[in-house]
Amino acid sequence: MNENISNLAISQIRSLLRNRELSSLELTKYYLKNIELAKTLNAYSFVSEEVAISQANEADKKMSNTEVEDLCGIPFGIKDIFCMKGFPTQAASKILDGFNPDYESTVTEKLLRSGVVMLGKTNMDEFAMGSSNETSHYGPSINPWSLDLSKPLVPGGSSGGSAAAVSADLCAASLGTDTGGSIRQPASFTGIVGLKPTYGRCSRYGIIAFASSLDQAGPMTKTVRDSAIVLKAISGHDPKDSTSAKINTPDFEADIDKSIKGKKIGIPYEYKTEEMPQEIQDLWDKGKSVLESAGAELIDVSLPHTQYALPAYYVIAPAEASSNLARYDGVKYGYRAQISPGDSLIDLYEKTRSEGFGDEVKRRLLIGTFVLSTGFYDAYYIKAQQVRTLIKKDFENLFNEGIEALLTPTTPSSAFPIGKKDKMSPVEMYLNDIFTVPTNLAGLPAISLPAGLNKQGFPLGLQLIGRPWEESNILNLAHVMEDNLKFGQSPKKWW
Amino acid sequence: MSIDPEVVKKIAKLSRLKLTASQTETTAKELSEVLVFVQKLEEVDTSSVSPMTTVTPMDSKERSDNVSDGNYPEKVLRNAPSVKEGFFSVPKVLE
Repeated sequence: MNENISNLAISQIRSLLRNRELSSLELTKYYLKNIELAKTLNAYSFVSEEVAISQANEADKKMSNTEVEDLCGIPFGIKDIFCMKGFPTQAASKILDGFNPDYESTVTEKLLRSGVVMLGKTNMDEFAMGSSNETSHYGPSINPWSLDLSKPLVPGGSSGGSAAAVSADLCAASLGTDTGGSIRQPASFTGIVGLKPTYGRCSRYGIIAFASSLDQAGPMTKTVRDSAIVLKAISGHDPKDSTSAKINTPDFEADIDKSIKGKKIGIPYEYKTEEMPQEIQDLWDKGKSVLESAGAELIDVSLPHTQYALPAYYVIAPAEASSNLARYDGVKYGYRAQISPGDSLIDLYEKTRSEGFGDEVKRRLLIGTFVLSTGFYDAYYIKAQQVRTLIKKDFENLFNEGIEALLTPTTPSSAFPIGKKDKMSPVEMYLNDIFTVPTNLAGLPAISLPAGLNKQGFPLGLQLIGRPWEESNILNLAHVMEDNLKFGQSPKKWW
Repeated sequence: MSIDPEVVKKIAKLSRLKLTASQTETTAKELSEVLVFVQKLEEVDTSSVSPMTTVTPMDSKERSDNVSDGNYPEKVLRNAPSVKEGFFSVPKVLE
């Protein structure tokens, strides 16, 4: 038995398993016990103990083979938005109560084929709509970095449970999805690494849709190397998703140790907002100097349409959501409201949807329906899609001038206390996504890596944005930064 | 522009959502605030800009129009809240 197997990265587990110094079963039992002891964090919505144990045993049998997949025997937590055969899947919404899919999402199927152990489903904001995990039907997940337990912090969102689970060592790694920052913002709030791939890199088949032109699945891990390993496993063309790209999957891990000497990194002027707290500015400066010391060339650049990204996002994402969520009607699956004698089919729809959706989801459905309705479609929806073209063009112009990546903060603040959302207006809450949304609109890859703690002891992240399909490059840069920033911290266990 | 409760009632109906009177009031206020926020887009000159249709340039994919999946009604119905004689069951639609 290993004395200390806490906070292991996938890359470490991989060699321990291959050298038979650790068994997947031993490790799986360790995480299952941690999950049991961490119920307060509400990171998991469902734990699949029996499945996990049997998968771990299977993986251990395969370890004597000469060719073993990188992820064989590695225990994962999976966001509740991925349909998994035989696992309850409800995107943290009451309207999908009892839903148990008969099919498997492509990315989880890829993970299963490579031999991972499924520990369970992780908590999230309802239908991935939120930045704090507080809109979940399962109740909020809690940030493991909360120091004052009378004022627990949010883990961010929407992939809040996935972030809390990695941070609190309740799994080796997890999967999240990112529509406007839902992987990167919680990664930043919990001191872990989160990667949103280029739009089209990973199949969306079997992922409960929020805004189809923005959604991407991605890894949430303890290290940059781990993100590279997981990304390789979940990438690739899928005929079941017409927006997945026919493009080769590089060996992302092989590229992360390269020198970054001479790489041109843009520092976008517009990201320096007036309201930016000093601690965020200091963190950004620290990131710049790390890159500079490693030989990168920093260049001040401008993305003139940045300020229009959030307004465009809050037209486009709700519009797509209002269309995607029309399928929840109380007929085909999930929750159905009680109806009275004489109620019509329309009454059934209205009662089911009013009882089944939470407030934030309803708000976005109404916004989306409004911007798509007759008389407003051109003024709002088409206008937002035109602005989206310009936002993408801003990035393209820089890339054409030779900029290889951009460095920005991930979030405008550190994690905030649970309950603060209720004192904020919806628009104030949306401002959380100010640095993350532009990359979704432009379809670009971006990674958040932990860069330090603020005075209160809460983690802060930095974001690297890359050219389309150049995840290798931002992983390489992030790996060099990780080596120099030496964050390497995990929360003190209080739960 | 601001959204009044009458507009909220109309879009709630289109969204198949039932709102109480007080929810309608609150929603009108919140949606107006969101609209003021997104109206910032008006500042941008988009007279010669095409709306985005696909973020990653790619051709529309075609496939032959053959049945490749299906023939498992029990699986399709398995998650339905109400099923009768192999069909989804709903309140009477036609008299």
